[in-house]
Amino acid sequence: MTDTVAGTTTRTTTTADAARIATFAALLAVLGLPGSIALFGNAVPITLQTLGVMLAGAILGARRGALAVLTLLALVAAGLPLLAGGRGGLGVFVGPSAGYLVGFVAGAFVVGWLVERQRRVTFLGVLAAALAGGVGVVYAVGIPVQAALTGVPLPETAMLSLAFLPGDVLKALACAAVTAAVARAYPSALRRPGQEG
Amino acid sequence: MTGTTSAAPTGGSPVHRLGAGPKLVALCLCSLALLGVHGPLGAGVAVVGVVALHALARLGPRVLWAHVRPLRWVVVCLLAVQWWLLGPVEAVVLSTRLVALVALAGLVTATTATQDVLDTLEHALRPGRRWGVDPERVALVLALTLRSVPVLADLAARVRDAQRARGREADVRAFAVPLVVGSLRRADALGEALRARGLDD
Repeated sequence: MTDTVAGTTTRTTTTADAARIATFAALLAVLGLPGSIALFGNAVPITLQTLGVMLAGAILGARRGALAVLTLLALVAAGLPLLAGGRGGLGVFVGPSAGYLVGFVAGAFVVGWLVERQRRVTFLGVLAAALAGGVGVVYAVGIPVQAALTGVPLPETAMLSLAFLPGDVLKALACAAVTAAVARAYPSALRRPGQEG
Repeated sequence: MTGTTSAAPTGGSPVHRLGAGPKLVALCLCSLALLGVHGPLGAGVAVVGVVALHALARLGPRVLWAHVRPLRWVVVCLLAVQWWLLGPVEAVVLSTRLVALVALAGLVTATTATQDVLDTLEHALRPGRRWGVDPERVALVLALTLRSVPVLADLAARVRDAQRARGREADVRAFAVPLVVGSLRRADALGEALRARGLDD
């Protein structure tokens, strides 16, 4: 291509960004493996993939966090069973939870956008961002799509989705605690060299 | 398409031979058409079509079942809710539509190599260059992700063992904090290594 020089100067994803995006996409896949956490002595088999979505936004920032989720979804669409519970392939993009997958991208972006605007990383600040982006935005995209695909009216679909709310609020709490701890343990974690301001 | 190194689904059926791009476009169009199905006739045609396509691809009933198996409990719940809200006919039509949709998508995945889908994605992103999308960088990220999954799975297993040794198995933070910090360390080392090899601007 003749415009490589122009292309490289406008490149917004540096290799450092690419490495973080790829590593977090892989982390999302690993958090979807069963047995990544045992709550109440294995009585509740949950995976931490949605926690990973919130963390991707909170730690990598809006753009890179959303790209990490998008990367995972591209590999899932290509047929790899990387979603929670070993799901994968194109079927998940037309199944009842398809909207939630799209919502994950938007959710990670909003969590990141909100955390980027906070002067200091605090538990409460990240919690608010995780609830707004990781729960609010994800549901706002997921529920209407689910209603459209299943034919169940929107209010009833929303009621059914409330079953997942307690778990997702717990994950938002975990996201806030983990992000605050990571910011202390690895101070350059939330520094954003690829971005201005 | 060159560079199809991943385990390509074997099978010489016309469905297997069709390129990933046309199959993905066809799937999108069929999905939209299926969403317009509201009557028993349309649902019946959809089921016959999906079964016929599986037969054409020489995929047996066991493969067909594997495609829709993840939906089995969802469909039971869904059918109950729809029956209650919308009546039996509507319930069966809507649930059938959903199962047909997922089976069709499963068919495309089963007859297309992973690398072919990724190559198609890269190809489709090429016009995005003028908006700052760099297909080569996308390919790099996808490859790095695949390479990172086993590394991070290993890291997660080690963190879990350490957690168990300290008797803090139920503590999400004791698992996630070391895992995230370890991942970031690895990511930043990886970024350095890539730059050292001249992959940066």
